[in-house]
Amino acid sequence: MDPTTLKFTPTHEWVHLDGDVATLGISKFAVDQLTDLIVIELPKVGATLTKGKPFGEVESVKAVSDLYAPLGGEVIEINDAVAGDVQILAEDPYTKGWLVKIKVADTTALAGLLDHDAYQAKVADEAH
Amino acid sequence: MSAEVLLKTPLHDWHQAHKGRLVEFGGWSMPVQYSTIVEEHTAVRQRVGLFDISHMGRLKFDGPDALAWLEKVTTNHVARLSPGQIQYSLIVDENGGMLDDILVYNRPDGLAVVCNASNRPKVLAQFEKYRAGFDAHLIDQTFDTAMIAVQGPAGLATAQRHFDATLTDVPYYHCTSGTFLGVPALASRTGYTGEDGFELIVPNDQAEAAWNALLDAGRVFGILPAGLGARDTLRFEAAMPLYGHEMDETVNPYAVGLGWAVKLKKGAFVGREALTRFKANPGKARVGLAFDGKRIPRQGYPVKLDGQVVGVVTSGTFSPTLGQPLAMASVDLAASKSSELVVDVRGQDEPARVVPLPFYKRSSTHG
Repeated sequence: MDPTTLKFTPTHEWVHLDGDVATLGISKFAVDQLTDLIVIELPKVGATLTKGKPFGEVESVKAVSDLYAPLGGEVIEINDAVAGDVQILAEDPYTKGWLVKIKVADTTALAGLLDHDAYQAKVADEAH
Repeated sequence: MSAEVLLKTPLHDWHQAHKGRLVEFGGWSMPVQYSTIVEEHTAVRQRVGLFDISHMGRLKFDGPDALAWLEKVTTNHVARLSPGQIQYSLIVDENGGMLDDILVYNRPDGLAVVCNASNRPKVLAQFEKYRAGFDAHLIDQTFDTAMIAVQGPAGLATAQRHFDATLTDVPYYHCTSGTFLGVPALASRTGYTGEDGFELIVPNDQAEAAWNALLDAGRVFGILPAGLGARDTLRFEAAMPLYGHEMDETVNPYAVGLGWAVKLKKGAFVGREALTRFKANPGKARVGLAFDGKRIPRQGYPVKLDGQVVGVVTSGTFSPTLGQPLAMASVDLAASKSSELVVDVRGQDEPARVVPLPFYKRSSTHG
């Protein structure tokens, strides 16, 4: 997935929308900040995500961090490979390291998210 | 605490220039990591790592009653120190609660204490409180000197390169004075990693030169600068207690397995009566816990036995050396005898095996 085509949350999740199916992940910046990833907990297929609420957690040696849903909807697929080996996420957060796919309830909510440039500007600010 | 008021070590500029990720720790701006915690941890276990520990308090004691004053305020027997020897000790309050854990040095230039950065004000206040009757004073050298830890199997060779005294002759928990890069310095065979190594104290204005010389000397071994993140996982595997985790003012030394650092028979000292009672009934015990899953038990998570809360996790992390989540916990004495306990990891019970401490012990010993 080309990160420049994705939408981002201020909490470092990314979204790729195709019709009413959204693929969710976390950004390279987030992965680089966390370092030393150990385990990720993802929701089950059929679970309902609520925009802005936690849908899972990623744990590093140092700390555990919640994953926040960029959009609401029903989980239709999870990335079992990442659930089994979080290093895939560490190495390739935008393609092999996607986390879940959801059937989006309200696709217009996408407009409230950051585009790549706005997200980059935000993390550049955060790094200082 | 805002960034502007944080204390900075003489190596702060170096950390910033070398991608050190700076965090607040004990009132100081300190690097938590430069690369990854696991890489830095592994460098120390297998090769050598370099830590800026200048935030630690360095107090020098002078005057004819310096020894008696230290005996009064600390729990271990200072008079037993031979020249150059160092002892682990504690400072407790009148109720036997721990104010800090410290090292007491019998340095060539006199007695000295190294204390935790965050507890330095408390330690200074405690010495002041019990100063009456002692012809002695202390000099806080924290801001005049830098302290650098060189830890790992190649720590000796790395530290020796520019030090004029022969460091291989310095036994574990002993120190020697000498010159490093031609400037007076102190080297002690101490550390907080479970590996062999040295801690060097140099004048402030020599800090960066010493740091760079050590990095250069260690390059052939694969040295890495290491931050507080790796320092924590390393001390954790070695089951070295950390103030604010295993210890605080509500914890007595016997409840953490630190009774060996209390010498009740040495004579009167602060907290002795309370500690005599705690020796008979410590109330709690420190246990090691091992987990087969991957979720990490963190400080504060409840420890349960048969559905009842019997204690709390004091430190927990993923052990880079052993490749699994591990925890230290403070539990009721009865529960500490159990071979299996359960930790509530954010609402989900994770089974834990009670295992001996330390989790990691280096194979070869020195000194």
